[in-house]
Amino acid sequence: MSRINELFKQDLKVVNMGLESFYNDLKAQKVETIHMNWRPRAGGNPKMLALLKRLNTKK
Amino acid sequence: MQELINKANAEAVDRIQKAQPKVVGIGVALNDIPGMTKKTILHAGPPITWDRMSGPLRGAIIGGLIYEGLAADEAEAIKLATSGEITFDSCHHHNAVGPMAGVVTASMPVWIVENETFGNRTYCTLNEGLGKVLRFGAFGEEVTTRLKWMASILGPVLKEALALHGPIDLKTMIAQVIQMGDEGHNRNKAGTSLLIREIAPYIVMTSYSNEDKIDVLKFLNSNDHFFLNLTMPAAKSALDPAANIPYSTIVYGMARNGTDFGIRVSALGDRWFTGPAEIIDGLFFPGYTKEDGNPDIGDSVITETSGIGGFAMAAAPAIVQFVGGTPADAVNYSTMMYEITEAENIAYKIPVLNFRGTPTGIDIRKVVETQILPIINTGIAHKNAGVGQVGAGLVRPPMKCFEDALEAFVIKMEQEGIL
Repeated sequence: MSRINELFKQDLKVVNMGLESFYNDLKAQKVETIHMNWRPRAGGNPKMLALLKRLNTKK
Repeated sequence: MQELINKANAEAVDRIQKAQPKVVGIGVALNDIPGMTKKTILHAGPPITWDRMSGPLRGAIIGGLIYEGLAADEAEAIKLATSGEITFDSCHHHNAVGPMAGVVTASMPVWIVENETFGNRTYCTLNEGLGKVLRFGAFGEEVTTRLKWMASILGPVLKEALALHGPIDLKTMIAQVIQMGDEGHNRNKAGTSLLIREIAPYIVMTSYSNEDKIDVLKFLNSNDHFFLNLTMPAAKSALDPAANIPYSTIVYGMARNGTDFGIRVSALGDRWFTGPAEIIDGLFFPGYTKEDGNPDIGDSVITETSGIGGFAMAAAPAIVQFVGGTPADAVNYSTMMYEITEAENIAYKIPVLNFRGTPTGIDIRKVVETQILPIINTGIAHKNAGVGQVGAGLVRPPMKCFEDALEAFVIKMEQEGIL
């Protein structure tokens, strides 16, 4: 039996990143879950990401 | 580039940490505030023209013109305000700050605060209390009568008492109030109490009549927010020396005029980066709803800029009864602010966070990168002129201010050949 199946035989403790609906679904099924307050860097805004990248140079 | 910015930001925060704000006296706006004239009206937030002003700011200006005797009634005040005869300017352009509408007129008494470390001074009016007051845009006989009493009795009595006492160390006092359940913006019960404890014996020692002394002591005791008008100039006096540090991305000013929210960033000098002021989420007084609330207004967000107010909310769990939420939310707000700040305050410490220093020195890079906006505790003014306060709550600045500032910073670095 693969190790992944071993994992699912145990009580799962889940850390959810990203869409909150995944967290809500697990919570509804009484799975122990915490939702991480996470967002993509600069909200995924390409212009802001480019500006931040320019300031990250080590020059 | 990163090293240059980090070094500059460390310098900016070091200056904020080294500040020693003390209240050194009470003056009169016309005599003491730089650039003040009889026909100048200072207001909260970034500069704004009459046609773009919101109801409460217009209301406070109408009240201010009537109080100064420049207009007899509302109609005359509006005529004068639109005539071009009156100079409107941001309090921040005159080393001053004002809560809510922040209106300062020539004859108003003002606190004089000095940052002893750097020698810079800041100014703020005396707090009028809650309800129908000028700073929330109310005007009329009740407002004018109170303002005249503040100029003729309250200010002079406090001035004499302060002269007898000597300068009061605001840094030590604010450090204490943060450990006594205040956050220094929207909860000032401990601060006002400590100030009364400090100054009351000297009020009694002044040359004024017993009736005047009793009126002053009763007024201070009836107004939980009296200390706010000292935390604000204390915060500004600490932040101003952090301006104009080349390469620093630290925010040294945030303010709202009821229409725009504006920020100022150290390396970008006096320039304001603005966005539309947000509607406040909070608790409303009976009979009022969110529909009645004006967008965010006031210079009091200078407290958050300096690392107290909403940033120190974990220290003030009882404030949630005034602004909404739970004590756990208050802890979360403070904790989250460490993500966007440069340092932990060395003087202002939060007991419930194991005496961790309050999050201090907002970095525009961190705000844009994490998308976490500063949290602000604030009062809510009615959107119409002449009504006053309708509630209190929590609000955040628009992200646009920080994004525009970041873009301007990169352009400046390009122009200077750094990038």
